[in-house]
Amino acid sequence: MKYAEILHRCFRCGYCKLPGNYIDFNCPAYAAFRFESYSPGGRMWLLRAWLDEKIKPSRRFQEILFSCTACGNCVEQCALTKIKDELLLAFTAGKETLVVEGNVPPPVRDCLTKLQNYGNPYGFARKKRSAWVMDTPIETYTDQEFLFFPGDVGAFDSRGQELTRSVAMLLRRLGVSFGILGNREVSDGNETNAMGESDLFALLAMDNIRTFNELNINKIITLSPHGFNALKNDYPKLGGAYQVFHYTQVLAAHTGKLPFKNHPPEIQVTYHDPCYLGRHNGEYGSARKILASLPGVEVREMGRSMQNALCCGGGGGNVFTDIIGNGPESPARNRVTEALETGAHTLAVSCPTCAVMLGDAVKSARLDDRIQVKEISELIHHCLK
Amino acid sequence: MKEIYDILQNIVGPDYISDAQEEKYIYSMDPGTMPACEPDIVIMPGSTEAVQKILQTANRYAVPVVPLGAGLVLSGLSRALKGGIIVDMKRMNRILEINEMSRYAVVEAGTSQGMLQAHLRRHFPKLKHSAPDAPPAATVAGNVCIHGSGHMSHAGGFHSDMLNGLEVVLPTGEIVRLGSCATSPYWFAKAPLPDLSGLFLGWSGTTGIITKLAIKLYPNYPINDVGVFVCEDAALMPDILYQITGTQVAEDVTAWMTPKPDWAAGFLHCNVNYGARTKNELIWKRNLIRSAVETYIDAKTGGFLPLPGMMKQRFLEVPARQLSLFADVRKGGGFEYVGAIMPVELFPQAYDLGLDIAKKLGVSYSMGCRIIGVNHSMMFFYAYAFNRADPADVARAQGALEETNKNVLALGGIPWKAEAPAQKEILRKMDPNMVDMMGRVRSILDPNHIMNPGNWEDDR
Repeated sequence: MKYAEILHRCFRCGYCKLPGNYIDFNCPAYAAFRFESYSPGGRMWLLRAWLDEKIKPSRRFQEILFSCTACGNCVEQCALTKIKDELLLAFTAGKETLVVEGNVPPPVRDCLTKLQNYGNPYGFARKKRSAWVMDTPIETYTDQEFLFFPGDVGAFDSRGQELTRSVAMLLRRLGVSFGILGNREVSDGNETNAMGESDLFALLAMDNIRTFNELNINKIITLSPHGFNALKNDYPKLGGAYQVFHYTQVLAAHTGKLPFKNHPPEIQVTYHDPCYLGRHNGEYGSARKILASLPGVEVREMGRSMQNALCCGGGGGNVFTDIIGNGPESPARNRVTEALETGAHTLAVSCPTCAVMLGDAVKSARLDDRIQVKEISELIHHCLK
Repeated sequence: MKEIYDILQNIVGPDYISDAQEEKYIYSMDPGTMPACEPDIVIMPGSTEAVQKILQTANRYAVPVVPLGAGLVLSGLSRALKGGIIVDMKRMNRILEINEMSRYAVVEAGTSQGMLQAHLRRHFPKLKHSAPDAPPAATVAGNVCIHGSGHMSHAGGFHSDMLNGLEVVLPTGEIVRLGSCATSPYWFAKAPLPDLSGLFLGWSGTTGIITKLAIKLYPNYPINDVGVFVCEDAALMPDILYQITGTQVAEDVTAWMTPKPDWAAGFLHCNVNYGARTKNELIWKRNLIRSAVETYIDAKTGGFLPLPGMMKQRFLEVPARQLSLFADVRKGGGFEYVGAIMPVELFPQAYDLGLDIAKKLGVSYSMGCRIIGVNHSMMFFYAYAFNRADPADVARAQGALEETNKNVLALGGIPWKAEAPAQKEILRKMDPNMVDMMGRVRSILDPNHIMNPGNWEDDR
């Protein structure tokens, strides 16, 4: 297993379980399950024990590994500076070994099978990928300045589709020149990679790269921070180097052009940082810049924000596999509670996975009358004349 | 055990109990050198009532019970030496009350140091608690139980001295309140009642399970500073510490000695942390501390180290994150230390002892101490790093720890949070009547000997 040499170097001091300000547990899997075995340090020691044949790759062991949302809090907080950057890589390597051996939980197996067979984790036919367009005037990419890349959740999930349409229509209104791949797009592969299926990731990525190159695409706007991460950081390793932007970065550069209402009713908003925009790529400013520019919007930060943000629980494929679950102590429910503590009635997101996870948490906790999950472009639309 | 598992599962629900190999493995050891001992069951109660039912069940079936905080004691005190049930308390982590005027906090036993610190910073910024040098995941209760110390220990003594009251569940299932909370709605002090809290402090979880506790809080000054006094002669340290602590303006006084980095080798450093409400007050305190050691400065036998900003920040950080880096010294994720509680006048001998053992066993060392109270005692530590992937290196560290424990006892000190083998060494040296009394007290509280068996056991 790759990175096996760092596993025993974990002291299990527990910094990885907390945010930098210590206010609550911040490892999503540990916070949800509470056994030390689900903490990053627990995973390190269990991987070592498995390689040493002290434990077997049981279903529980598999679930412990695949409940990791790859949020990167452990990397951010680990006190051991010489190994911290390799923690997530070690967890992914552990998953990769389980994948190769065929020892993965059934939801992971099913998800990977669908990605293999259909190019998406839902198992939908490829021709349905552009169903989100509906009757909007969104054009197929020909020679526009940008490619708009919605990704799996934005293309197939009903809430994700709402976000995709909202962002796409706002980009049009701002005069951004863009087109989409439509049914030629396949999964960006970010979650496939995080689930340890590196070969399948390469297949998916190469499929997209071939299409990008065939169409001479240079600039790409992604809806999903997960896609942003894969295209920006992993595709270049496969020969696909492009200028990749998350849509909030594009919107932040253009919001000055929009005609906002003069005196809209005041709303209190708190912003949830997506892991793949924040901790993984250091982008904390664009969404906040947009929110600060909106009339009538008062932004209230949660105790865990930016580098300390709690993951929604959807990363590492969990939005599809649901291994981390959606019970009362799930990360999404925990996050919604934290949002409510700020006094905000709107929880702003900039990621379709976060929108789905947190939206579902609001519904399952029956908090619909107290807080709404809104994506950034939806809030902008709300403020437009 | 299946029958017991089913009963326990009904108490906490299926999500918070496990007898799976993964939990048995992870809970079988802590990050120190003590060998693994697997529990049969790991359980995570969410309330005092759940703890009560767990203990009633264990007592009925005479099954061992081991209470666990963050598992960061390093000396293996929360291993299930004789199997049984590990009770992981971290789900019980509510902060129940902060009394700003009387400066105390009431917390559940699973509350971490970090969470309390964060809660105070956010909601009561004028207050702080005495945080230990343990990582922020360590629990408040765990550290009080072991007579820990921390960043207010010069001002307030051991963390057990900062205890105002306890709620405990006895091995037989009774829920008992100790301290003012036994008689009053306020958790303000242990006085003036008979103090029974000592039955649960320093006993390594052998007398019951603490479920709630109140600890003293202290003013959190807006301006903080640290001075580092350096000398080369260990024989001078007791008086240096005596003079500095005599000013009573510092919050924390610690010493550290290490061969790395090179500039630190051979020197004895004394960190003096203090805070103030105003800049003038800070300067006044700084001058007072300086005047206390002026004779050493004038004689050029000691002086304050000029501190670059980054280093000062590191010394002011609570807890100090960089301490965890010692675990990576041998690229092996391990260190353990003997923390010897002893009188301050033994500093020179304690220091020489550390140098001798490091030289004899060829181990890297880090030594230091924290002053408890106004020079009333010190916790002198000898830390040894090891590579947990190398059994020979682990054995070498174990050997160093054992030898240190024995020599500390011979010097007149007492190993703190001692490993089970070191507990036996202590018991051998202890007044037999105290040993006998410990056994009698324990038999009364725990007639079936279910609580953390294997600890504080008299072989005689």
